Amino acid sequence: MYVVITGGGKVGYYLAQELLNDNHEVLIIERDANRAAAISEDLGESVINGDGCEATTLDAAGVARADLVAAVTGDDEDNLVVCEIARRRGVPRTIARINNPKNELLFKKRGIETTISATQAILGQIEQELPTYDMIPLLQLHSGLELVEIKLPETSPVAGRSVREVLLPPESLISLVVDPGGVPRIPSGDTRLNAGDALVVVTQRESTALLREALIGSTHGLDT
Amino acid sequence: MNILIMGCGRLGARVAAQLDEAGHNVTVLDTNPGSFRRLPETFRGERAVGNGMDGPTLERAGIQSADAFMAVTQGDNRNYFASQMAREVYGVKRVLCRIYDPVREQMFREMGLETFSPTSIGAQIMVDMLLGENSARSS
Repeated sequence: MYVVITGGGKVGYYLAQELLNDNHEVLIIERDANRAAAISEDLGESVINGDGCEATTLDAAGVARADLVAAVTGDDEDNLVVCEIARRRGVPRTIARINNPKNELLFKKRGIETTISATQAILGQIEQELPTYDMIPLLQLHSGLELVEIKLPETSPVAGRSVREVLLPPESLISLVVDPGGVPRIPSGDTRLNAGDALVVVTQRESTALLREALIGSTHGLDT
Repeated sequence: MNILIMGCGRLGARVAAQLDEAGHNVTVLDTNPGSFRRLPETFRGERAVGNGMDGPTLERAGIQSADAFMAVTQGDNRNYFASQMAREVYGVKRVLCRIYDPVREQMFREMGLETFSPTSIGAQIMVDMLLGENSARSS
């Protein structure tokens, strides 16, 4: 496989190294002449000095015969432009590194499906490791009752269902539904629950684990 | 017309002043508040500080109600990126974009943006000036 990498920072450099070890043909395009020279001391011919955002540089790199272009600079705008040019040159696959996770939408709209965001990946890990954030104890009531707030995640088994269809633990009651826009509603049996809704629920203190499973679904390491 | 201009350099400030003069609602966005000094004292429009390559910043500057967006920062790729945001994410009807590099300008225009390259326009004017063709227009 012939892979063109734009950006010879740490990501580009180690990516090139791994691909070379797997016997792929690799070319890094690095804008900074000093950095390009330093890389060529390690990787020999596998680097050129130039601006990967310029079509002429990409053409000099033989981008038209590349199987894959990976745009991994620290600037999202440069990565977008590289992928756009590569696609117009007929490259079958482009991968873009995204620094600001909010930019992912634009890349998708421009048809660049494969995007990698380190920020997003770390966020995902944090959210996975702190699932208890989904259920917040609000108030201890008398006779063993407790008031909790639960935010329904995308994966909630009750998202899209009406309150009537939800099987809750005994002596539990959904007392308030706040939609993502912040509008509170006292639910009836017909009220539809959606991902992103915050529910205020009265429940027995010993039933909170069951409640979480009913509304959020099973999460790693907690219910087992 | 509500017009959002990203980049308050010489061109951005001048375009902003002229459109303001013509009675339009103009907002100028720049990362450096110092660059607003290029606007004339009579400028009645809004000044917003921030990086236009960020959705929330564009929203703060009023992109959702903008009829036109102009990207005139020094960076070709930044201008392209923000223009595509304006068009694809916020559905702004008119998106105008300055691209210095003539090769990229051509390509971005083929992708549907309204672009112009001061480099190619300037080159043409200088050649015409020297060779005297169209001298009536350029003098």
